[in-house]
Amino acid sequence: MSLILGILDSGAAAAAASSYESIATVTVGSGGTASITFSSIPATYTHLQIRGIARNSNASAGGLSINMQFNSDTGSNYSYHYLGTYQGEGTAAWAGGTANESFIVPFLMPTNSLGASIFSAGVIDILDYANTNKYKTIRGLGGYDMNGATTGYNYLNLNSGNWRSTSAITSIKLYGSTANFMQYSQFALYGIKGS
Amino acid sequence: MASTYEKIATTTLSSAAASIDFTSISGSYTDLVIIGSIKTATLTNPACYVRFNGDTGSNYSVTNLYGNGTTAGSTRFSTQTFIRYNYVTDPNTTNFAPVIMNINNYSNATTYKTALTKFGLASIGLDNTVGLWRSTSAITQVTFTLESATNFATGCTFTLYGIKAA
Repeated sequence: MSLILGILDSGAAAAAASSYESIATVTVGSGGTASITFSSIPATYTHLQIRGIARNSNASAGGLSINMQFNSDTGSNYSYHYLGTYQGEGTAAWAGGTANESFIVPFLMPTNSLGASIFSAGVIDILDYANTNKYKTIRGLGGYDMNGATTGYNYLNLNSGNWRSTSAITSIKLYGSTANFMQYSQFALYGIKGS
Repeated sequence: MASTYEKIATTTLSSAAASIDFTSISGSYTDLVIIGSIKTATLTNPACYVRFNGDTGSNYSVTNLYGNGTTAGSTRFSTQTFIRYNYVTDPNTTNFAPVIMNINNYSNATTYKTALTKFGLASIGLDNTVGLWRSTSAITQVTFTLESATNFATGCTFTLYGIKAA
């Protein structure tokens, strides 16, 4: 196959031959799982990217956030902002932010209340993750459409997040705000090398 | 380590065409990324469509987030015969507009397929969309068209990439 050159956008990360590498993948089996953790992440890349699909087993109506923590830090050391559309039924964009949170929300996922077989899709970029001089910044793009289902469905988000730590990121935990990731949810971690 | 981000195919139009089509897409990747650059040969302001596997049924829907220079807003379309990935950013005959589409887990035979798309023109605005295809079939074909049988102009290009997870 040909080389991929150039700087692309979120979900289409920069890559040359072998500069975009698969590190690990988790596919949720029957019975689901409450969380997914990528651990022992090597510091040999410049950036990380997580790509995935997700659905939550909670039966309540609406979407649920996917929460993300680094290095098992459960303290109030995170913040995030979001710009998106909520329900998508009106004409307003949806924006906000949360400070001193114990997690970052990169994107959302549908619950198991309606729309069987519908999973959200998302791409998360974690920039300069191994740098020990910077707080860590992420951006997320994700969402799902439920074909016009009623209140509480259809999300699309562009999110940013910050972890106030200079530690290199060596583990990443993803979990729902309640219940489990359902079977067939999948997250894949990739490493992107610089020069 | 082997590359996990590979170019599958590129189409660059040497003459105007009504559609751009990727066929016989292998199921050996995890995700697809499509990067395009489009303008129209004639009609300005057409809607931009994508379909999968030649399905012309009412099996698509889309939620859109847009900005037009003064306002951010959203809209949505249910039970469509295509995913419309533009709302405020209509292509024209003058400037090429970039398209970036992510289709995660395109080849599984269990879930409906979701496509995330970014589209924009600096002179008009930008669109972000999440589109749903209500089919559990693996995606083997992706077809881009324009409203009212408008042609893509000469020089339009689309490249299809595959990302393979370990």
